[in-house]
Amino acid sequence: MSGALDLSPGVPAARRPGPSLGGDPLLAGLVGLVLATALALVLLQPAPYLVNLVGQLAAFAILAVSLDLVWGYLGILSLGHGLFFAIGGYVCAMHLLAHAYAVTGTPPDLMQFMGWKSLPVYWTGLTSAPYALALALGLTAAVAFVFGLASFRSRVNGVYFSIISQALVYVAMLLMFRNDTGLGGNNGMTGFSRLFGWPMGAPGVVTGLAVATLLCLAAVLVGARVLVASPLGRRMLACRDDEARLRTLGYGTTRLKLGIWCLSAVIAALAGLLYVPQVGIINPRVLSPDLSIEIAVWVAIGGLGRLGGAVIGAVAVNALKFWLSAAMPEAWPFILSGLVLVVVLGLPNGLLDLAALRLKPTWLRRAGSRP
Amino acid sequence: MSALVIDGLTVVFGAFRALDGLSLAVDPGEVRAVIGPNGAGKTTLLDAITGITRPRSGRIRLDDGRDLTRASEAEIARAGVRRKFQKPSVFPALTVRENLALGCGPDCPARERPARLARALAETGLEARAAVPAGALAHGEKQWLEIGMVLASEPRVLLLDEPVAGLSDDETARTADLIGALRRPDRAILVIEHDMAFVEAVADRVTVLHEGRTLFEGAMAGARADARVIEVFLGR
Repeated sequence: MSGALDLSPGVPAARRPGPSLGGDPLLAGLVGLVLATALALVLLQPAPYLVNLVGQLAAFAILAVSLDLVWGYLGILSLGHGLFFAIGGYVCAMHLLAHAYAVTGTPPDLMQFMGWKSLPVYWTGLTSAPYALALALGLTAAVAFVFGLASFRSRVNGVYFSIISQALVYVAMLLMFRNDTGLGGNNGMTGFSRLFGWPMGAPGVVTGLAVATLLCLAAVLVGARVLVASPLGRRMLACRDDEARLRTLGYGTTRLKLGIWCLSAVIAALAGLLYVPQVGIINPRVLSPDLSIEIAVWVAIGGLGRLGGAVIGAVAVNALKFWLSAAMPEAWPFILSGLVLVVVLGLPNGLLDLAALRLKPTWLRRAGSRP
Repeated sequence: MSALVIDGLTVVFGAFRALDGLSLAVDPGEVRAVIGPNGAGKTTLLDAITGITRPRSGRIRLDDGRDLTRASEAEIARAGVRRKFQKPSVFPALTVRENLALGCGPDCPARERPARLARALAETGLEARAAVPAGALAHGEKQWLEIGMVLASEPRVLLLDEPVAGLSDDETARTADLIGALRRPDRAILVIEHDMAFVEAVADRVTVLHEGRTLFEGAMAGARADARVIEVFLGR
């Protein structure tokens, strides 16, 4: 890292989790908790708004894990992950509208608004859920690949990469604000009435979506854990800490970074396509730069470079946001900024530092741990 | 036949010629030291050989005729050229063993890996520290770990950039012994160093650089006696 601003996370090596899933009790506990929550939603059938809230939080947690994978483990801070989230979300919204149109025969709002007799040609086939899924993930991978290849090949790193990723999401937002894109313009897309033929608001559908999101979160966590504990994961950490050194040991780093970058983008898209049917709307706001920065804030608050930290950060910050932005909306930005300051100044590894706090003073702890 | 041939190498930074038509040939089995005052181009030479800096002109070749001048850092490393950096460059988040495993390189056959790891651990004396994260090692241990990492790939050309900088006298002596043990008939070793006693202990021949050019090449005793070398470097 030769940049003026060092964005690489300083994960204390001694507390790095071991190679097996059992070696990271925090993560194993979280996966268990996620699965137990899914089971509880099915068995206890809480109020639909609560179920929906849990589902949304789980989608944000997936998004946070996707960023932690590239930032915490590979040292690439993306401030544009909202783009990949949005691609998943938009394609999912297109599918829901196309599907509802095919089932009910009522044309979606955006057709009436634009005065169109039919949906634009690029909506073709989106009534099919498998095609929509493949398109969402494939398109995301393609966009991430092109952007990643251009950046990593020309060795754009550190803050420069972060700024360009931020610009990318901003450009996408400006594009989506245009009404003639056939994607809803500044109104976005809403009024999803059907999911796989079922009416959208039915309790079974709400629970199904939340449970599916929780299961995806558990799968993403386990998969990400297997990845970071593998020899490839070791190489990711090496690349994060000293990319030039890794290259001079004979490892090309462009392919490594590109592969993990695309994987991260696809996971973010998965989060987006699970999120949109639960929140019931998508509009260009998800592409606003501050949302993408917020994702990094969740990860930093929870604990960078720990998969469990990303989940804790995303859930804690968003739960607080759901509560406070209703109770005192004008205070929320200040509270979020305050949280960031606390983490940056006092808890370099996020909330996970709190768990590691001991009541002995620092000098005593040091003296005791010397070999 | 030389293991590493550098032919008319010129590296330019803006208006500054860091290397100015430098030629150098290192034989297999030889330990060559490159010395010179600050700014003479010593580290630039290693940067050019390892692909970190692109030369404006000249060529860098291996004994099999392979041209490294335009190859990428990873390609150069895979051709058997390894460098120990001046600042100990180990991966702090990985354990000693994991660092050495990466040092074996991407082309190391899986069957050979355990034996190479064991040998690297033994050669560097870090067996007892194998499971310790490299970030927790002392400075001297990091230097040896990095030497172990470059050795694990069994390099044909070994480049050592100030291997004893910041080490105690005791550690310097140990490092000199280690370098003596690294000498092999099929391996060329190029050492950059400021410590004259150390250079005298390890090197067969020295190349004295000054302002990007060769000032002297030969035995250390000859360098000490050479009037120009005394003038620019050893001083009075």
